[in-house]
Amino acid sequence: MLDLDMGKYAAYVWPAWGVSAVVLGVLAARALLAARRWSAELKRLEAERPPEA
Amino acid sequence: MFGLANPDRFLRFTRPLMPVVWTLAAVLLALSVWLAFTAPEDFRQGDTVRIMFVHVPAASVGLGIYLALGVSSFFALVFRHPLADAAARAAALPGAAYTALALITGSLWGKPMWGAWWVWGDARLMSELVLLLFYIGYMALRASIDDEAKAARAAAVLGLVGLINLPIVKFSVDWWNTLHQPASLLRAEGPSVTAEILAPLLVSMAAWAIFFLAVWLTAIRTGIVRRRVLSIRARRALEA
Repeated sequence: MLDLDMGKYAAYVWPAWGVSAVVLGVLAARALLAARRWSAELKRLEAERPPEA
Repeated sequence: MFGLANPDRFLRFTRPLMPVVWTLAAVLLALSVWLAFTAPEDFRQGDTVRIMFVHVPAASVGLGIYLALGVSSFFALVFRHPLADAAARAAALPGAAYTALALITGSLWGKPMWGAWWVWGDARLMSELVLLLFYIGYMALRASIDDEAKAARAAAVLGLVGLINLPIVKFSVDWWNTLHQPASLLRAEGPSVTAEILAPLLVSMAAWAIFFLAVWLTAIRTGIVRRRVLSIRARRALEA
């Protein structure tokens, strides 16, 4: 059974889960955005002048 | 194994893996949330036991990440290999984030259970804080040196030195008298945790480990691409 009633410990349990969710979310977003940005930049540079040229 | 050390081959080999690893991480994380809130309350810790399902994976994987950083630093220093350097560099931020989360969630558990947010001088808490400082020092050192090769070498030395702290973190609970409970999973007598808590704990540890793997591999790939972009820019600047 799903139990979301943390009773008297709600003030400790939810912040612990909340901060974890935020941090993991930021790590994922940062990694994926940086990957996209640098790949796009490499493609742009190579399109300007192909590597073998 | 060493064939993969070629950056081109690494990019080709990991490309099809990326969606698989990210999907697996998302599924395992979702499953770990479900299991964490369907597990029974602990008879002594009550609902605070649910903090353990983020605290234990953050702390244990955060410690493992430093091992990855330290070993990569070793290969970067001895073989001067750019992929090893990219791997060490890519591990630092997620490692620091996991370790910071271990400290924050530990503190949120400590207040209701120990009656204190933080205990100065406690061996486990202090060695975990030192681990965080090594991660931050590693990133700060890299950022403070402009020459990439010099920054890589200096950071690799610091990364290696920090390995000394790992056994101290792990065995601090055995070597010293600390408030932190001793190991309850990796012990000679087997886990001391009941199956109802052990199963969600293991799933969440796997989820956090695979999530790190997804972030790490993505960041290593980005590191290789970034290096290429910077070298093309430098070459063209010379030609111009």
